[in-house]
Amino acid sequence: MFKYFPHTEEDLQEMLKAAGAKSVHDLFDDVPEAARFKREYELPEALSETDLRLFFEQLTAPDNAMQLVCFAGAGCYDHYAPSVVQNLIQRSEFLTSYTPYQAEISQGTLHYIFEYQSMIAELTGMDIANASMYDGATATAEAAMMAWGNAKKANCVLMSETVDPKVRRVVETYAHFHGFPIKLVPAVNGVLDRSALDKEIAEGGVAGLIVQQPNYYGIVENYTGIADALHEQKGIFVVNANPSDLAILKTPAEWGADVAVGEGQSLGIPMTFGGPGVGYMACTEKLMRKLPGRIVGQTLDNRGQRAFVLTLQAREQHIRRQKATSNICSNQSLMALYVTIYLSLMGKEGLREVAEVSYAGAHSLRDKLIATGKFKDTFPGQPFFNEFCVDYEGDLEALLDECTANGYLAGVQVGEKTLMLAVTEQRSTEEIDELVEIIQQFKEEEAKA
Amino acid sequence: MNRTLYGNLIFELSKKGRKGYSLPQDYDRTHTTAELPEALRRKEAARLPECDELTVVRHYTNLSHNNFGVNDGFYPLGSCTMKYNPVINEEIAGLKAFAGLHPLQPAVTCQGALEVYYNLQESLAELAGLSEFTLNPCAGAHGELTGLMVIRAYHESRGDVRTKVLIPDSAHGTNPASAAVCGLEVVEVKSLADGTVDVEHLRQLLSEMGSEVAAMMMTNPNTLGIFEPRVLEITKMIHEAGGLMYYDGANLNALLGECRPGDMGFDVMHINLHKTFSTPHGGGGPGSGPVGVRKGLEQFLPMPRVVEAPTDSCTGESYVVDWGKSFEGKRGEELSVGNFFGNFGVMLKAYAYILSLGREHIKEVGPLATLNANYIKERLRDSYLLPIKGLCKHEVVFDGLVDKSTGVTTMDVAKRLLDYGYHAPTIYFPLLFHESLMIEPTENESKETIDAFIDVMHKIAEEAKTDPELVKTAPHNTPIGRVDDVLAAKQPVTTYWKTIAES
Repeated sequence: MFKYFPHTEEDLQEMLKAAGAKSVHDLFDDVPEAARFKREYELPEALSETDLRLFFEQLTAPDNAMQLVCFAGAGCYDHYAPSVVQNLIQRSEFLTSYTPYQAEISQGTLHYIFEYQSMIAELTGMDIANASMYDGATATAEAAMMAWGNAKKANCVLMSETVDPKVRRVVETYAHFHGFPIKLVPAVNGVLDRSALDKEIAEGGVAGLIVQQPNYYGIVENYTGIADALHEQKGIFVVNANPSDLAILKTPAEWGADVAVGEGQSLGIPMTFGGPGVGYMACTEKLMRKLPGRIVGQTLDNRGQRAFVLTLQAREQHIRRQKATSNICSNQSLMALYVTIYLSLMGKEGLREVAEVSYAGAHSLRDKLIATGKFKDTFPGQPFFNEFCVDYEGDLEALLDECTANGYLAGVQVGEKTLMLAVTEQRSTEEIDELVEIIQQFKEEEAKA
Repeated sequence: MNRTLYGNLIFELSKKGRKGYSLPQDYDRTHTTAELPEALRRKEAARLPECDELTVVRHYTNLSHNNFGVNDGFYPLGSCTMKYNPVINEEIAGLKAFAGLHPLQPAVTCQGALEVYYNLQESLAELAGLSEFTLNPCAGAHGELTGLMVIRAYHESRGDVRTKVLIPDSAHGTNPASAAVCGLEVVEVKSLADGTVDVEHLRQLLSEMGSEVAAMMMTNPNTLGIFEPRVLEITKMIHEAGGLMYYDGANLNALLGECRPGDMGFDVMHINLHKTFSTPHGGGGPGSGPVGVRKGLEQFLPMPRVVEAPTDSCTGESYVVDWGKSFEGKRGEELSVGNFFGNFGVMLKAYAYILSLGREHIKEVGPLATLNANYIKERLRDSYLLPIKGLCKHEVVFDGLVDKSTGVTTMDVAKRLLDYGYHAPTIYFPLLFHESLMIEPTENESKETIDAFIDVMHKIAEEAKTDPELVKTAPHNTPIGRVDDVLAAKQPVTTYWKTIAES
């Protein structure tokens, strides 16, 4: 038998006898003949554990999975996490358990989700957070649907053009099928055009507005006054914020947000080719019963002990079916645990330190790139956090190829001439200097050619 | 698991000045965040815990002791396919070289990852009998929604306005919920007394509204664990009405080796990698819900897509990422359902599983899972009411105890099982019966494990007669007793901050 199947020949015979069948295939006698699969699967033969290891070693050889020094961001960041985090989330009691429906044997999961919700609420300043979402993009789409569903009379949900285009595309997709229009509010010099926004709001019929902080280009926008203008028209203010930066930056609640969402990957989760990360979603107490997803609440058990349990389930699909606030069923639980342990270790000071080092590195790199004389700010004078855009005077694609050849992922190209670079606390001064050096060298060769 | 409650919150262990991290200190401090205008900075520091490393390690280790996973014991949770999560898969998913890949790095530098991605798409297509898969959706429900979007995009492309979706009344709650999110109107199809789709009712619905039907969603085996005997007729009827057939892959595990959704006439489906392909549930995610389509529907799959490189490529890649034309935010004809391309870490585990089993063992999965379920069905029917006789597939549904005279409910039986060291079966679903108790053993469980479970189930049935109070007040042997759900919902306390504000 195969290592994951415990059935001996003797077991099979006894069990078949009890089930009243001669062979296991007889158990499929109720399947119409025309629907039976009769050939072999066209799949490789089984690999032994040794061969499996060899196979994946090959796929992760340097040629197949180049470990680049990462200056790319655009929604996925190379942050540090203490070794403890990965080790603890691998504990099988967490890893191999199901959604905590049976509270009596799931206090581990319920307990950490309660801590997670508390941390997200504290970072965002919001009253209540759910147990997590798939990712930042789908959390934002859920927020758009929440705004639409909350509005009595509305004809659109507004979204700033400075929201990550990947996120925008997901929001557009959800809105299209759910059946409401998304109107893009244009940007000037990399930030939301306030006069265009004021005009849209004045026209009325706005269910809500979605903005991002820092925005896609890394700029920290000033959203003062927006919440009031929206609330006057009964619209909802949705702020998609990078939770890592919230150690320093004004919270969504301080901006007057009704809903805060975002991608939690920046809280130390490995990049892993883009997933799994974790989406977060938080809101005001007023909107609590419209929040999608799982929520854990505190209660007492019949022995008088403090206990935690899934609550407010009347919002959810398994109770309400098509009338649920969302179709979301699972959350991204293990990644919520990851974030919770990460934040427990980093704590109050650590997250601020991460922000300071990243901020300092990004600004230092920007200064050095400008000093080469070959870059200029894409959005002059705009404050940024740990990610920024510069315009390159030469052939940007060729420059990026050169950096890659030298083991550097120099950023993400976001326009013909525009390069977006992110710096985290993982990037040393030496790496920053070497990247600048590679770029310097390349320019010289280019000039010679 | 530990039978005593470990009850501290991490915030309660915090003490000012402690820390559990170390960061390099030799960096260029020319710039600090103090440069940012005050209007952009938060007023007060976030009250995150301050703990040393060992305190954090002990806290979460102790918490884990109050949890129950597949590794702890038998997990007969119906419809959830709690199979064994192989450890080697974790080793592979944890390879540093994968963890360090940025999703936007040039394709030529990450061919290994793209190969896994592409080959998993291909493997799933072969196992499902469909043409192509996207791995972008992050969970089963996310896959359902994506699949329905694909269906709507298909009808839209033909200028065909179809707003209704037919769903059997026995379906999982996510089916109607996904349809509603996707802007479709749900029409329920009745079930017969034996739990299968009422084909006459379906015929009637189609004659009334056939031209408005975008799709029918089906789970097969259905949520009662019964194979829909008239599935071929049903798919034909829907196709004749111009609709598409959606296969909810929640119960796919039963069919591995024996039949494929594509061969039954399904056009679009999702697979739960965290069920059929052994990736861990993680206490509720991260999952993965790949969506497959039959030939002719590939162009409606969401972006980005991992595809074979064009043959004229001169940079030497075998696989590339197609981000689509609408990357600048205009939806256009292309869909997108996530930040990047789904939960790659989960895909690695699923692919390792497929390679470990290979073609010769994958085909044994469905038969063995089905044998285990049928064995339980026959051995428990004396004590538990079996409403639907005949063959079941991977799971079996009972309608509570045969002898209900002492008032012991399915809830009580489930809670009593916890005392004996088992996870409870799924209870009160499907809704067709009042006392549903749904058991899914999976192919990984041995006869000894199942026999021991059966003995305990009979013992509980006996207890229900001789000492009903013992069962009604269960569990007794768990870290906490039954919880007050009403209190939790009436005055919701969902953060630590609320608990300290009140005290």
